[in-house]
Amino acid sequence: MTEHGRHGTSTSAVRRYADLLWDAVLRGDEYTAVDVVVDALRDGVEAETVLLDLIGAVQQRVGAEWAANRISVAQEHAATAINERVIGTLALTRGRSAGDLGRITVACVDGEWHALPARLLTEVLRLRGFTVDYLGAQVPAAHLITHLHRTGPDAVALSSSIATRLPTAHATISACQAAGVPVIVGGPAFGTDGRYARLLGADAWAPDARTAAETLRGGLPAPANPHAQPMDDLPHLSDQEYTLVTRNAPTLVATVTEKLRERVPAMAGYDDEQVLRTAEDVRHIVDFLAVALYTGDPDLFGDFLDWTAEVLTARSVPASVLAPTLELLGAELRDFSRAARLLRSAAAARAAIDHGAAPASPPTPGADDAPLHRTGRPA
Amino acid sequence: MSETEPTTRDATGTVDARWLEAPCAALTVDPDGMVREANAAAVSLLPQLRTGEPLTRVVPWLATADGTSAPFADVVDGRTVEAQPVRQDDGSVTWWLIDVTDVRSVRDELKLEQARAAFLSEASAALLGSLNLLRCMEVTGELAVGRLADGALVITPAAHGRFQVVTVVRDRADSSRSTLLRFDPDEVPGLAEALQGFPPVPSRWIDPAIAPSWLTPAGFGDVGSIVVTPLPGHGIPAGALVLLRRAGCGPFSEGEEATANEFAARSGLAMSAARMFAQQAAITETLMRDLLPPRLQHVAGVEYAGGYRPSQDSERVGGDFYDVHPAVDGTEETLAVLGDVCGKGLEAAVLTGKIRSALHALRPMSGDHLRMLRLLNEALLTDDDARFVTLVLASVSRIGSDVRLRLTCAGHPPPLIIRADGRVEEAATSGTLVGALPTIEATTYETRIAPGETCLLYTDGITEAQGGPLGRDQFGEERLQRAAAECAGMPAEAVVERVRMLAAEWVGRNAHDDMAVLAITAPRGQHLTAVGGHGRGRYTA
Repeated sequence: MTEHGRHGTSTSAVRRYADLLWDAVLRGDEYTAVDVVVDALRDGVEAETVLLDLIGAVQQRVGAEWAANRISVAQEHAATAINERVIGTLALTRGRSAGDLGRITVACVDGEWHALPARLLTEVLRLRGFTVDYLGAQVPAAHLITHLHRTGPDAVALSSSIATRLPTAHATISACQAAGVPVIVGGPAFGTDGRYARLLGADAWAPDARTAAETLRGGLPAPANPHAQPMDDLPHLSDQEYTLVTRNAPTLVATVTEKLRERVPAMAGYDDEQVLRTAEDVRHIVDFLAVALYTGDPDLFGDFLDWTAEVLTARSVPASVLAPTLELLGAELRDFSRAARLLRSAAAARAAIDHGAAPASPPTPGADDAPLHRTGRPA
Repeated sequence: MSETEPTTRDATGTVDARWLEAPCAALTVDPDGMVREANAAAVSLLPQLRTGEPLTRVVPWLATADGTSAPFADVVDGRTVEAQPVRQDDGSVTWWLIDVTDVRSVRDELKLEQARAAFLSEASAALLGSLNLLRCMEVTGELAVGRLADGALVITPAAHGRFQVVTVVRDRADSSRSTLLRFDPDEVPGLAEALQGFPPVPSRWIDPAIAPSWLTPAGFGDVGSIVVTPLPGHGIPAGALVLLRRAGCGPFSEGEEATANEFAARSGLAMSAARMFAQQAAITETLMRDLLPPRLQHVAGVEYAGGYRPSQDSERVGGDFYDVHPAVDGTEETLAVLGDVCGKGLEAAVLTGKIRSALHALRPMSGDHLRMLRLLNEALLTDDDARFVTLVLASVSRIGSDVRLRLTCAGHPPPLIIRADGRVEEAATSGTLVGALPTIEATTYETRIAPGETCLLYTDGITEAQGGPLGRDQFGEERLQRAAAECAGMPAEAVVERVRMLAAEWVGRNAHDDMAVLAITAPRGQHLTAVGGHGRGRYTA
């Protein structure tokens, strides 16, 4: 909803349609949702505007509403499914363009479940005259590479929303480049300024679908450094901290969860399921710690913790449980210099925020049915 | 040596015998340019050298050096001599002369060899990356133009009478062009033989004057030389490389031709590997097409969505399967099937293919699930390759806005019915697995689902997934039922996506079995008001 609708439709008209679509999608009303889109097209709103400023905007709102605990995770999935169907209908109503601008493969990083942004990019590229192979969500790198060998596209567009997928994204970017195909990346995982795209050696980064389409139109040169190894981009990986933390994550999570129960009296009475939920939240923190170690960027961890605190607060779970968790992790990882440093500074930052609040009280799993692990939403 | 010795000693009287007999040539020149002394090695290196003579006359090339700083070199009688000046206090200069002919030639050869090795290594790395034939051809052309020639054509053997030709011209940004051309390879001497690949033929020089026009890229200018080099492959010909140099650039040296041949060998191997990969990939795709899970959509007013994840990420098929067979004349029920064959990977997938075809053929019997299962059982028992299978049959029909379901399990986890209010029921059906015992039994459960309600079929790969935050718990039926309860009122695709996502996150990086889910959902939308109907009947056959 940030851009003007073209062909004389005003921003306010686009916003009105977006509101109508939001209502329909939230009700799970596919028929009305399709009607809204058809009306908007008939009203002269361009197909690309419908894709990005109606459907895309509604999808962004779904994520924001979820984080604020105003809609349930089930509604989030349902809304996405309706949006997918609307895109499917929209794609059917238009003829395909010649597709002579070049051939692009669009895929999500393995483990990425938020496929809609990639789907929207696919439709935008098709509208603009590219031939697009859309591989969808959850694409194992091996399939993607086989596809590249078979079809020889001009570029790969890779989407990822969750920062925890960055190591996988890195491996995928390198593999595509080794196959001689340049990679453009997008999605919140790569940072609002694309800093992780540069860090991981992507050939290009785009903050949105329009920019991606324009960049691809100019053509990407062949990968400059097709045989780079992950260590070339990230020399700090040689300390093995990422590898060791990742490999021992289950043990680490089990130990920290156990100690958290000793430390926080209210947790002593938890049943198995409550313990498991706490463990899932700890696991999430460990996953983000691991990515911060991988990228060597402490901000990534700090941003995640800030976002986690917000989500917890929205769900009436005291965010002050984060600080003891960080301290316990720090104690477990005291021999890992980078990890220990990250945890120390994060714990200090959290303690400063919690200052004045009640002493660390336990999370109350079960009070809400959508704890962190359900989502994997990006910061 | 012995003749010159007294002469030089007489001339100065300060000469040191050790200097005179030093193995390195040296001579001293007075500030006025006269040669003051020279040692034996210098005289033997420069026979015209005389003491007391001006340097300009006896060693003119050395006289052109300023004698202040840098070493100076020149070629004397075919030998490269390096002169190193040492300035003395009295204004004279002592020149130390070193014969560097051999060092230089070894160094030059080394440089050439290093450049050649670097080029071939770079070429190998670039060629190894891609298994796409067209890209290999482009890479071959670009590398050739970067190092060997001004223009290059990479040509593959004809398919249906047309040749794939990639043309690259040096210093042209858009130069890498691929076209399909129809031509007679005999127009170019050596090309037909090169494209045939066997018997092996050497590179062949051809006269630019007789080359056909298609061989010269547009805007290339006057062609000075053309060489046709075969690209040898793995037993099958990979094609030919035509290198062009502009007029005035000179022909290929012997070394360059050797480099070109070695480069052609590597390109040929890469291109034939790419060609083989393309052939194999096309075969695999054709054979695999029927084994892949089908793309599901709405059938007869009912939503279907399926999700599949093989145990190995590198595979696309496995031992789990699902199918939706629409009713033929519109009055019958739609038949949905989900099953799990014992085993994993391609072998299990081949068996699922057989079972899926058998079930498709048995569809007219779907009014009686038990009869259908018995026929399948007999078929599997008589097939030597077959192993047993567990499955669920679901006959689906729309009754008003509701959907009627007849469900039969054969040794399979019972489907879950997700009610609009979030209750999750297990379908009360059970039966023996198919293909293991001579006789089988099964019960059929009948129910109705209202708009927004879903019947979820799944394989045990979901419930038996090991993982969780501690890495050691099973996903389990209870967790699946809780997840299902959250999916009340969701569209079929959303239910499937949710279950797949939870299972994938649970399993993390652990090994897992094949996983399949199939959701059958009564659509919402206009029929929203109909939600909440009660009094569903239960019938057990």
